[in-house]
Amino acid sequence: MLQRIDETAPLLSVNNIEVIYNHVILVLKGVSLSVPRGGIVAILGANGAGKTTTLKAVSNLLRAERGEVTKGNIVFDGAEVQSLSASELVRRGCIQVMEGRHCFGHLTVEENLLTGAYTRRDGRTAVAADLDKVYAYFPRLKERRRSLAGYTSGGEQQMCAIGRALMSRPKMILLDEPSMGLAPQLVEEIFQIVADLNAKEGVSFLLAEQNTNIALKYATYGYILESGRVVMDGAAADLRENEDVKEFYLGVGGEGRRSFRNVKHYKRRKRWLA
Amino acid sequence: MSVALLNLIETTLNGLMAGVMYSLVALGFVLIFKASGIFNFAQGVLALFAALTLVAFQTGQVPFAHLVNAIFGTELHKWGPGLPTFLAILLTMLVMVALAFLIERLVLKHLINQEPIILFMATIGLAYFLEGFGDLMWGSDVKALDVGLPSGGSFWWEDVTREWAAEGSGYYGMYVDLLDVSAAIVAVALVVVLSLFSQYTATGRALRAVADDHQAALSVGISLRTIWVIVWSIAGFVALVAGIMWGAKSGVQFSLSLIALKALPVLILGGFTSIPGAIVGGLIIGVGEKLAEAYFGPMVGGAIENWFAYMLALAFLLFRPQGLFGERIIERI
Repeated sequence: MLQRIDETAPLLSVNNIEVIYNHVILVLKGVSLSVPRGGIVAILGANGAGKTTTLKAVSNLLRAERGEVTKGNIVFDGAEVQSLSASELVRRGCIQVMEGRHCFGHLTVEENLLTGAYTRRDGRTAVAADLDKVYAYFPRLKERRRSLAGYTSGGEQQMCAIGRALMSRPKMILLDEPSMGLAPQLVEEIFQIVADLNAKEGVSFLLAEQNTNIALKYATYGYILESGRVVMDGAAADLRENEDVKEFYLGVGGEGRRSFRNVKHYKRRKRWLA
Repeated sequence: MSVALLNLIETTLNGLMAGVMYSLVALGFVLIFKASGIFNFAQGVLALFAALTLVAFQTGQVPFAHLVNAIFGTELHKWGPGLPTFLAILLTMLVMVALAFLIERLVLKHLINQEPIILFMATIGLAYFLEGFGDLMWGSDVKALDVGLPSGGSFWWEDVTREWAAEGSGYYGMYVDLLDVSAAIVAVALVVVLSLFSQYTATGRALRAVADDHQAALSVGISLRTIWVIVWSIAGFVALVAGIMWGAKSGVQFSLSLIALKALPVLILGGFTSIPGAIVGGLIIGVGEKLAEAYFGPMVGGAIENWFAYMLALAFLLFRPQGLFGERIIERI
């Protein structure tokens, strides 16, 4: 079936999806979001809110963990994600960088990067050119190209994982918790590169972060997840100024310490098909 | 050189050769375990099946002849004079690839994400199925396999070594079986080819990536199912080589599938995830059992060869469970 791709339509739209693990555990209870072409969108929230599950639903890696999208649908670049295999999705330009890097420890950095080009069929020279490009963005990887990825530092591994994703020539990278376990300076460096890639290569990003502060600094739009539901969304600038977000996620209280008795609860907004 | 020293060298040499044969079988196990975390109980039967198929192509047997004859009362046995060895090997390889494809389609595909123990059980089932299927297809009689490899003792080596002994010691020279020597050469070639393949090709890289991290491999778009077909094909190829060597040595018969049991201690020694481990483990076990048989055998009435490997494996399990070269065994998904 040929679908005309509407250039103004969002690159990714997730429509009210429900995800169940092991046939019993309901993890996402109707999440909708969209990523415009060339945008950086952040999914924020605490542990277990469903950020990673959302990303894996989009990249179709849920099945490998016995998860299943039972309701709603996901459309990437005009194609229904659920009917595609994970490798077909990568070929179409949607690739995930998993939480905790997941570099291939026994492969060298360069081999790691090359595995990213596994689905490509456009020849060695094109791949080699992209390898040089990745090295230009991450000069540190070039220095360490011959060492086993397992022996590189956390920051280098994160760069390696992002570089590996870049090698597939993606339209969109799903970036899960890029700041995890990294020094603040490195986090800043990595987000700077993300912004660079977005601006120069036109790669869209959907990132899941616990570090709300930095995520809202670089993202254009944000969604806040809480126990499997989107409880708030808005332009990053608005979210940064929102009193609730400030209080719960940015750690800046309004007026000093407050008692737990006065803590506000969100009035959950129900979201239907976007 | 004294005769005792020469005997020691001879025993060691023969042990090394025997070890190579064990390594050949162990290699197949390692390949599959690395890529999918499955302990493939059917590896020995794969070797048997490959050898049976090869003999059948070589001699021009009609598949399922007994069955067809029994049902339809026909007198089918051969469809012709058989194929030349090279062609027969090639065709057998194709059969092994087809088998790998079928195994993925019919068994593995349905067991994605299951516990390793369930996959292991599946391979036990597979082993019994293949054994019966091979029997049904090609008959259960012992068959001779001759692929044109030299066999018998080397006279040249006997003459050379006879010179080494002191004058008048009556030493008659060392016995080295030429078939064992060819097996060793083939095994070395096989390991070299496999390492080059896994080191320098995109598919080899993908195989190593999958062995390292299933999840990450999926995330970069490597299809596990394709990889599994490839791995099982390679394991089938290794099984074919092992089947040829063992079949040429002791005939193609159903006890061939039991060589898998000899590979087990080799794996425990070398580590389940290491190709060099499989080789070195095999050599250690080969040499160890031959030496033990020659020097300690007489003290306990012989037959050490039969249990030595398992004792050694037991000791390793106690003190170094990951084997000589293995990585720490990590649970896989």
